[in-house]
Amino acid sequence: MESKDYLKDISDIKDMMNKSSRFISLSGLSGILAGIYALIGAAIAYWLVITYSSGVLTLNGWVFESCLLTLAIIALLSISTGILLTTRKAKKDGAKIWDTTSRRLVINFLIPLIVGGLYILIILSQGKYGQSGGLMLIFYGLALVNASKYSIGDIQYLGYIQIGLGLIGAYEPGYGFWLWVIGFGIMHIIYGTWMHFKYDKS
Amino acid sequence: MSIITNINKAFDHRIRLGIMSILMVNEYADFNMLKELLGATDGNLASHTKALEKEEYIKVEKQFIGRKPNTRYSTTKLGREAFKKHIDALEKLINKQ
Repeated sequence: MESKDYLKDISDIKDMMNKSSRFISLSGLSGILAGIYALIGAAIAYWLVITYSSGVLTLNGWVFESCLLTLAIIALLSISTGILLTTRKAKKDGAKIWDTTSRRLVINFLIPLIVGGLYILIILSQGKYGQSGGLMLIFYGLALVNASKYSIGDIQYLGYIQIGLGLIGAYEPGYGFWLWVIGFGIMHIIYGTWMHFKYDKS
Repeated sequence: MSIITNINKAFDHRIRLGIMSILMVNEYADFNMLKELLGATDGNLASHTKALEKEEYIKVEKQFIGRKPNTRYSTTKLGREAFKKHIDALEKLINKQ
């Protein structure tokens, strides 16, 4: 009976608890890329509004539709990059990509996100688009906080930052666009870089 | 010496320790999930789950999903308490050194 064996027991217990309840093969690199897509998309939307809509975004017309399309493309690209890089990392870690832990993570991430997405679509259809930037940040932040219980715990802090930015955006809708750029663009790049160096290396 | 007595012999094996660890943080786990996580063979895992079941530390439910039989395991209240005591004892032993 040596203390070394007891230490190993404790670390085995912790390891098994984490492995069986959390999906941790998230890729930091996909966060960086999602941030870059968001910045490019925001630049395109900004350019469209400045050039063709004299700086004011109105709810109807092709400029608005193009902005929505840009947003949809960013979301699609970010999600597919995330899935691709995470699958690659899971393979490298010897983890299964679709098991109880990843299923639980996806479900808990999607619940606030889908509710938020539907809510934004509903208020957009009512013509209240001033809040949509802030609402996107808030619901995305809540999704991250919720998902952090089933993944790398650190992503909750990114969630709190997004929620904070979103609340500022709700209070000052005029800054909505720039807060969105900070939240989805810059914060993703900073956070992704941090995650990349903390978890991806090794 | 009293600490040593809290070390539970029922958990004194890698597989059994693993089964309990998984079931402490999951509502339930089925046979295949345990097998994959622990890297154990069918026979080996079955003998360890039986041992824990005999101590009444885990509960076994057999059911059918479609036509496939499915066995799922969960902890009992007794099992949770015993495992917590075991972890406490391990930690105390480590801190003493």
